[in-house]
Amino acid sequence: MARNFVNLNVNPCKMCMPMGAAIAFKGLEKSILMMHGSQGCSTYMRRHMATHYNEPVDIASSSLTEQGTVYGGENNLKRGLRNTIKLYHPKVVGVVTTCLAETIGEDIDRLINEFRAEEELASDVTFIPVPTPGYGGTEFEGYYLSLKKMVESLAEAGSNDKVNIIAGNLTPAEIRRIKEILESFSISYNLLPDISQTLDAPYSTNYQKLPDGGTTIEEIKSMGGAKATIELGALLDQKTSAGEFLEDKFGVPLYRIPLPIGLANVDKFINVLSEITGDKPETKFIEARGRMLDAMVDSHKYNAQGRAAIFGQPELVYSIATLCLENGIVPALLATGAKTSKLEELLKKDFALAVEDTVIIDDTDFDTIRDHVNKLDVNILIGHSDGKFITERDGIPLVRVGFPIHDRVGGQRKVSIGYDGSVNFLDEITNTLLEQKYSDYRERMYQKHFSG
Amino acid sequence: MELGTLEERRDSILCNSKQEQKDLKCDQNSVAGAVSQRACVYSGARVVLNPITDAYHLVHGPIGCASYTWDIRGSLTSGAEVFRNSFSTDLREKDIVFGGEKKLMAAIDEIVEEYDPKVVFVYSTCVVGVIGDDLAAVCRTAEKKYDIRVIPVQAPGFAGNKSTGYKAAGNAILELMDTNVTPLKKKGINILGDYNLAGELWILQGYLNRVGIEVNAKFTGDSSCEEIMRAPQAELNIVQCAGSMTLLAKKMEKRYGIPFIKISFVGIDDTIASLRKIAQLLGEQQIIANVEELIKEEYAKVKDQLDFYKKRLEGYSAAIYVGGGFKAISLIKQFNSLGIKPVMVGTQNGKKEEYAQIRDLTDEGTIILDDANPTELEKFMKERGADVLVGGVKERPLAYKLGVAFCDHNHARKHPLTGFVGAVNFAKELDSTLNSPVWKIIAKESGGE
Repeated sequence: MARNFVNLNVNPCKMCMPMGAAIAFKGLEKSILMMHGSQGCSTYMRRHMATHYNEPVDIASSSLTEQGTVYGGENNLKRGLRNTIKLYHPKVVGVVTTCLAETIGEDIDRLINEFRAEEELASDVTFIPVPTPGYGGTEFEGYYLSLKKMVESLAEAGSNDKVNIIAGNLTPAEIRRIKEILESFSISYNLLPDISQTLDAPYSTNYQKLPDGGTTIEEIKSMGGAKATIELGALLDQKTSAGEFLEDKFGVPLYRIPLPIGLANVDKFINVLSEITGDKPETKFIEARGRMLDAMVDSHKYNAQGRAAIFGQPELVYSIATLCLENGIVPALLATGAKTSKLEELLKKDFALAVEDTVIIDDTDFDTIRDHVNKLDVNILIGHSDGKFITERDGIPLVRVGFPIHDRVGGQRKVSIGYDGSVNFLDEITNTLLEQKYSDYRERMYQKHFSG
Repeated sequence: MELGTLEERRDSILCNSKQEQKDLKCDQNSVAGAVSQRACVYSGARVVLNPITDAYHLVHGPIGCASYTWDIRGSLTSGAEVFRNSFSTDLREKDIVFGGEKKLMAAIDEIVEEYDPKVVFVYSTCVVGVIGDDLAAVCRTAEKKYDIRVIPVQAPGFAGNKSTGYKAAGNAILELMDTNVTPLKKKGINILGDYNLAGELWILQGYLNRVGIEVNAKFTGDSSCEEIMRAPQAELNIVQCAGSMTLLAKKMEKRYGIPFIKISFVGIDDTIASLRKIAQLLGEQQIIANVEELIKEEYAKVKDQLDFYKKRLEGYSAAIYVGGGFKAISLIKQFNSLGIKPVMVGTQNGKKEEYAQIRDLTDEGTIILDDANPTELEKFMKERGADVLVGGVKERPLAYKLGVAFCDHNHARKHPLTGFVGAVNFAKELDSTLNSPVWKIIAKESGGE
């Protein structure tokens, strides 16, 4: 069963849709998010993001009150937009709904149109509305839906030589790595979203509330005329896929691939880039790939001892599962709080034999994950910080990856993608297994074999 | 671009002037779009009730509310660990359309079946307030069905601010106390409004035990439901976090005839004053003598360390932005005793009287502000040249980006900041941040020093 209880979620393994939107909109140049709802939502998400990225994260709220809830939130939203624009001078304002705004039936498209017509200070600002009711999905859907809405509102027909990259929910350092890879292929590109600087800004004596960097409006506009789209998101469907929209509306060919973690997935990314550009990958990638193979051989016996539980956002779970499968680590449990049947479908398709002894659960919670972890003799947890709940109780070590990592520093600088990143990530997993083994094997052997 | 403040925010900011008697506008709804640092009604209720160690905290709403508050406080427990779980009805679209009452009842059924609880708190959230689920009715039905306490906590996020949530939590606690009020014996004291962050309540309780004061019940840090139910027996309530618990103390005075005093164990001066105040009120000579003995002993233990840190800290200036006025006031006193000058003092939910006290305690020209936002915090920290900010998790990266040191005075702290030992920890933390070599490097980068 996907969950221990039918009507209860005990210790959530998911966040809500607006959280995904908050991360996605940080990837646009000079952009700020307005959450139409009660004050708490924005504050909770700011807190969550601040502890992960160690960056100030300003998210505006329309601060709906009882009155706004009963008579409509129009005044709150408009006043909120006015104030936020005055304080932040943004180029883009993402306007997302919350549980509350959706439930009282707020029409944000109409309100934004009215605001545009009424307010002079709105003239230089691009507004992008996204419906993200908290009950409508998780941060995973909220993230990709926001990207799709950005493209829907801005992309224009045309013809250019660029390649679109729709990035998954990666770390700022991973986005920088993607850029390095793209730049080595000497292609011009539109990377959406680009949180590389905005959520990991260098120290500067001149602090800016909206830091430099991020995808520009011009870049999103030109996505409609690009020669191809590479979408890092194997599990997406038509509802959440910006790439599919670009293909349907503007005929931009779509290459949909998983997050480039693990040999096969990185190969896919590099090969697609080769295919689109007609260029062979640079020697440094061929060497890095060779080193990855070398490393995989070096540690294969240690990895064979691993029985992993992998949890978090489904894209990440999928790619880490393939990394584990490639390296002989049994992905005993794959779990996500999002609702998706694709995780299982794809893994069965791609790794038909290997998934037989893998439990795959979606729409689940940590209470259920913990039970499976113990039943399945899992000896390593791979996922975000909330997994520490299991470590604390059952002593199973956790390799932290994904969002949020709020009990360690450096979550924003982790790189698990590309050949180098995958190797480093694999080393961390292998070393965790080694540490576990070495820490008590003397005692265990003594207990098991010594008879006096 | 001028770093301005909004017209609508003008009356919530003032520059301390002893002549001018204009009150600070406070206790209002947040200004839309200003990027307030406040949370919501639900959050207020949840943080107050959550530390009750053996209660089941069931959040009736979509998942976010439960997700972002799972194990949110660093409240320690000497007993049950139940409170460190987050239970949610995880409402979905169809529940919003057809109503969530059935699901809530079924969720309570599941909790009862699996865990055999004595007390379940059921929190409402924004949507529940709108779709009109009758939380109280469901809870009543469940109570009858299982003969346990199922207490509704009315906390739709939009229906007020965090203080409204404190009130809702207080009502829920009262409801629990009323379960079984036996003849009142009037013995011992209750500690209200300490949440046992990093063991702070244990320090306070340790002092009281040592001087011979019986602690009847404490809430909500390291408390149990049973303990709260016997709270009406006490002869005195002492209130540490005034913002969250004063209202409850007033209601207990009215209902059970238990007088209350506000105390503070944040900082040496307040700790000493509070111990004396409690002893005086109880009026036993032995206790009064014991308190003096304890103060002498404990002070002797920390004096050298405090002197050491004071030398390293004197002359700095500080900005304060915390949740409630009680904490801000104690921090001002603590800074003053360390030779650090507060130049900006703000709170999310301070009350009128607290702001008046803040004005009395701070110098002319100190910026005082209610429900501030990052723009204002940045502006005034820069203008007033703050060297360190004391605040919550969200403010930390802002301080760092501005090259300002930071002291964590929030839910997540891992070392106690109350009592004598807490005063040393506080000074030590300030020293570790203010005198870190990193600022010299930063200053050099900026072309200074």
